[in-house]
Amino acid sequence: MRNTWNWDPLQEMEDIYRDFHRTFGRLGAPRWTWPFARTSFLPGRAARAYPLLNMHEDADALHIEALAPGVDPDSLKVNIVGDQISIAGEKRDLGDKVKPEEYHRNERAVGSFVRTVALPIAIQPDKVEARYENGLLTVKLPKAEEARPKQISVKVG
Amino acid sequence: MAETTIPTKVEEKQQTPATREESRYLVPPVDIYENKGSLNVVADLPGVGKNNVTIRVNNNVLTIQGKARHGVPGEEIHDEFQLLDFYRQFQLDETVNQEKIEAEMKNGVLTVHLPKAERTKPREIKVQVR
Repeated sequence: MRNTWNWDPLQEMEDIYRDFHRTFGRLGAPRWTWPFARTSFLPGRAARAYPLLNMHEDADALHIEALAPGVDPDSLKVNIVGDQISIAGEKRDLGDKVKPEEYHRNERAVGSFVRTVALPIAIQPDKVEARYENGLLTVKLPKAEEARPKQISVKVG
Repeated sequence: MAETTIPTKVEEKQQTPATREESRYLVPPVDIYENKGSLNVVADLPGVGKNNVTIRVNNNVLTIQGKARHGVPGEEIHDEFQLLDFYRQFQLDETVNQEKIEAEMKNGVLTVHLPKAERTKPREIKVQVR
């Protein structure tokens, strides 16, 4: 939220930059993963850049959705520290049952990952719920009381 | 096992606008490995449920198709990924027993087991040393 009586041209430029990247979609994902940046999960290439996240907001909560197919559910860890959320886990390879010489193709990246992002608003850390389904992790973060919208009634005098 | 792109069949082309989006699809990354008994394909299909994946073998072409569903409620404030439907084809040779193909879906990862036909299983030849 910006103070209109304290206009900062540099902040304005950063906002334009963010809007541009949101529209053309490279925010967050590292450049060298192009053209897979919008759909890939490559923890082996850049452990701190994955998983890719979508963030939504409604009146009561923030909703985060993370793209993480094939992750061992027991290894998934969601932590809230202050105003940051960190998502960690590990995607394992097929293990010992497949010998290296048996592969025809090996395109799926594997490895551990941890990603930390700042939350835009205050939330209630003890009421966060996380769920892993079909390779997508969704986290619901209920807003703190002070971050909820409050309607102010306008008195007509 | 070669990857292939088969021309879309005519009857599929004539379908109504609901399927027109199919021209935009994602190619899922796969692992393929072969052991004594079978060929195995492992594909990452995030957002695809057990009931939204289709596996077909037609004219020795294996087709994997998945409808990805994702989304959380509310208004978007930050957006990094977008899932479309998945589509990929592989050319099989004669060695696969097409009757016994099995598939499973777990945590957004599809595993397809393609058992080899009996006659193509490797027969070990003893090397005699003189």
